[in-house]
Amino acid sequence: MKGLLGIKVGMTQIFDETGVVTPVTIIEAGPCFVTQVKDQASDGYGAIQVGFGETKEKRLSGGQKGHLGLLRKSKKHPNRKGNSEVPAVRYLREFRVEESGDYNVGQQLTVEQFAAGDIVDVTGKTKGRGYTGVVKRWGFGGGSKTHGQSDRWRAPGSISAASGTGHVFKGKKMAGRTGNARKTVQNLEVMRIDSERNLIAIKGAVPGAKGGLVIIRGAVKKG
Amino acid sequence: MSDLLLKAFDNEPNENFPELHVGDSVTVYVRVNVGERNERVQMVRGVVIRLRNGGNNRNFTVRRIGANGIGVERTFLMNSPRIERIDVHRSAHIRQANLYYLRGRTGKSARLREKRDYLSKNS
Repeated sequence: MKGLLGIKVGMTQIFDETGVVTPVTIIEAGPCFVTQVKDQASDGYGAIQVGFGETKEKRLSGGQKGHLGLLRKSKKHPNRKGNSEVPAVRYLREFRVEESGDYNVGQQLTVEQFAAGDIVDVTGKTKGRGYTGVVKRWGFGGGSKTHGQSDRWRAPGSISAASGTGHVFKGKKMAGRTGNARKTVQNLEVMRIDSERNLIAIKGAVPGAKGGLVIIRGAVKKG
Repeated sequence: MSDLLLKAFDNEPNENFPELHVGDSVTVYVRVNVGERNERVQMVRGVVIRLRNGGNNRNFTVRRIGANGIGVERTFLMNSPRIERIDVHRSAHIRQANLYYLRGRTGKSARLREKRDYLSKNS
């Protein structure tokens, strides 16, 4: 499994030696810590839970601290893990893995698991666009600006037939809230890695705003 | 913080390039591909009509008058490794940031007043 959590820094463009320019998204990714290992016996499936984004301990709730093992063991609380192997982290996400036994709690994951040329999928939360019309949301053409039309430039047109169907089909594309939804872009190429600064440059655009959490995974459909 | 991270993969600015100003008459030596694997250096001589900053995307546009008096503009990326050398021949006294007004002009009206440094004795 190749997987990492990161923060989108922004987009820029880079040159290769021959002067070809490539648009890239820079992501500050890792170091991530394995916070929990799940396997067939314990949870019915294999996965690792990964934490990212070191933060102050006081920013976490009691439950989060307990889960990460940041609370001390005592006579009153003998079930606490005590002695944490991971720092206080802001984000926790899970990656499915076949062989979760290969991982230990506290293990670090860094950008070094990726290399230039790797193909990855990137998941993020798209920017919220509010209530949008059908032209922006679904790419409808809208109506005619001329030919005696008024108020019809960005209208959706007919939404159904009257006598045949008698109702509007479920899932009909209409205006509504757009964005602010989880979205994955597949098969993006890793252009460069900076393991010193934990940076990864991925070709093209990635969902979400600057400063938003993104999940980088090895591509599902390509090696 | 994020600004620095964004620039992490930027090219080192080429220090051999002179400082460019809008209105400068320049010759840009740029490598171009000829056919499959051959490269040669092409010269573009003209006036800088626009400078745009933007990190790794810093660029400038050179306007020259080509064959049959047709204006030709070419934009170069400042950080591109394809640019070999830039020579500045003269600088002009200008009052606009972008010299788009040169586009509508030819001949005498397309000239620029040369910038003179009256204070230094060298000029």
